[in-house]
Amino acid sequence: MRDFEYAAPASLDEAIELFTGKNGSAKALAGGTDLIDHVRTGRLSPDLIVDIKKISELNILENSSSGFRLGAAVSCNRIYRDETIVSEYSALADSCRIIGGVQIQSRASVGGNLCNSGPAADTTPALIALEATCVIAGPNGTREVAVEDFCTAPGQNVLQSGEILVELKFPPRQENSGSHYRRFIPRYEMDIAVVGVGASVVLDSDRETIVSARIGLGAVAPTPLFAESAGDLLAGMPANDDSIAQAALEAQAAAKPIDDMRGTKEFRVHVTRVLTERVLKAAVARAKGESVEVAIGH
Amino acid sequence: MMAKKRVVTTSINGTETEFLCEPRQTLLEVLRDVLDLTGSKEGCSNGNCGACTVLLNGDPVDSCLVLAVECEGADIETIEGVAPTDGLHRIQDAFLECAALQCGICTPGFIMSAKSLLQQNPSPSEDEIRFYLAGNLCRCTGYDKIVRAVQEAAKAKEEVTA
Ligand SMILES: Cc1cc2nc3c(=O)[nH]c(=O)nc-3n(C[C@H](O)[C@H](O)[C@H](O)COP(=O)(O)OP(=O)(O)OC[C@H]3O[C@@H](n4cnc5c(N)ncnc54)[C@H](O)[C@@H]3O)c2cc1C
Ligand code: FES
Ligand code: FES
Repeated sequence: MRDFEYAAPASLDEAIELFTGKNGSAKALAGGTDLIDHVRTGRLSPDLIVDIKKISELNILENSSSGFRLGAAVSCNRIYRDETIVSEYSALADSCRIIGGVQIQSRASVGGNLCNSGPAADTTPALIALEATCVIAGPNGTREVAVEDFCTAPGQNVLQSGEILVELKFPPRQENSGSHYRRFIPRYEMDIAVVGVGASVVLDSDRETIVSARIGLGAVAPTPLFAESAGDLLAGMPANDDSIAQAALEAQAAAKPIDDMRGTKEFRVHVTRVLTERVLKAAVARAKGESVEVAIGH
Repeated sequence: MMAKKRVVTTSINGTETEFLCEPRQTLLEVLRDVLDLTGSKEGCSNGNCGACTVLLNGDPVDSCLVLAVECEGADIETIEGVAPTDGLHRIQDAFLECAALQCGICTPGFIMSAKSLLQQNPSPSEDEIRFYLAGNLCRCTGYDKIVRAVQEAAKAKEEVTA
């Protein structure tokens, strides 16, 4: 691997100082499951690697009346072992359970998944569905960006030189709400999504009508997509198969995939609809307090 | 100028171990080339095969995707630490009994993952075993014998604790 310097600052200020003025020659290291391979293969050539895992703000995992806070460097296995995330932010736990195998899950972070900004990143559609906000810190202070606006192109995002993602903030879970993430892959595990769908729904108190819904799509566009109109269409509709089928058609229309080795455009468009239906049904079931059987590895 | 070498203090298989490494060296490289612990294997060097699996602070990781400098203060367990001084660990016994290896390159990684699985889930189902071991690849056995070996090892544990 190319030669580089390494620093492991204990505070956010120290980290930002290390990045400032480096103009991209310094790279953040969270779990390293993307970064180390990219350095080894020469896709990235940093002179300095800044290990951000020792910074307390990036390790936060905190639920309160103002919502849930997830540090950008928290590993997938910590996330799916957290009871609050599993029960109240289920789509996120679903996505963390299927990233790589257990070795990857011990290290990979949601922040790294988002900052790597791949179109097929599994956690991003779940974050979109759960209405996450990115808290970003840099030399000019802190700013917030809605997660659906974070990725700008394959491998590109809104982070400016010297900025790091600190945490993801989620609004408090509403009564009678549920969420799910699922992807289509040709194998059972260890593969990259052909299509990934995350959805969350809020039902009214009799659990018959949908109050609001959000749908995130992965691997069907240059960036993860917020299928806003598909979710909006469900507001006020009965929580039944008909409504869900309409929303799935709308989500399908938002999908703008490409042909590649994992699937043709036509296939991906079709799968978007089928998967959106299944994911919405699971989210509704969870909102009704029913448990959803997800086959292992799906 | 090359980045300066660092002194890293860890516990490896229960023994406090200090080593010198360059920031760019992975944990796998240091284990094999500096510490002469060659049980962990290099299959792919990109996180796909699991031949380099070790336990880092109790969690299974691909040591090819960990920088050795990150391990300051860490507790590391490798395949060399698995067997008791007299004989083999029950998972190793089960792999031999079930003929769960041919060339053996993948075996240390499978045993580390299986150890972690059985710590968390002492009697896993076949599906749970297959899913947990998905990050370990084997080019020889076709996996069935590996899964059977883990089932046998789980049973052996039940007998010991029963
Ligand atoms: C075998 C294997 C299987 C995989 N399977 C999947 C899969 O199923 N689904 C999937 O989506 N991905 C998968 N991945 C990709 C990878 O594991 C994920 O993208 C992971 O979430 C990356 O997180 P990390 O913490 O390891 O990031 P790192 O590798 O540490 O970082 C990734 C990138 O983001 C930057 N970065 C990280 N954190 C921050 C931050 N807080 N602020 C600013 N920049 C930051 C880094 O500089 C780097 O460029 C797989 C990878 C491997 C090797
Ligand atoms: S050598 Fe590390 S996963 Fe293959
Ligand atoms: S025994 Fe040869 S790779 Fe598994």
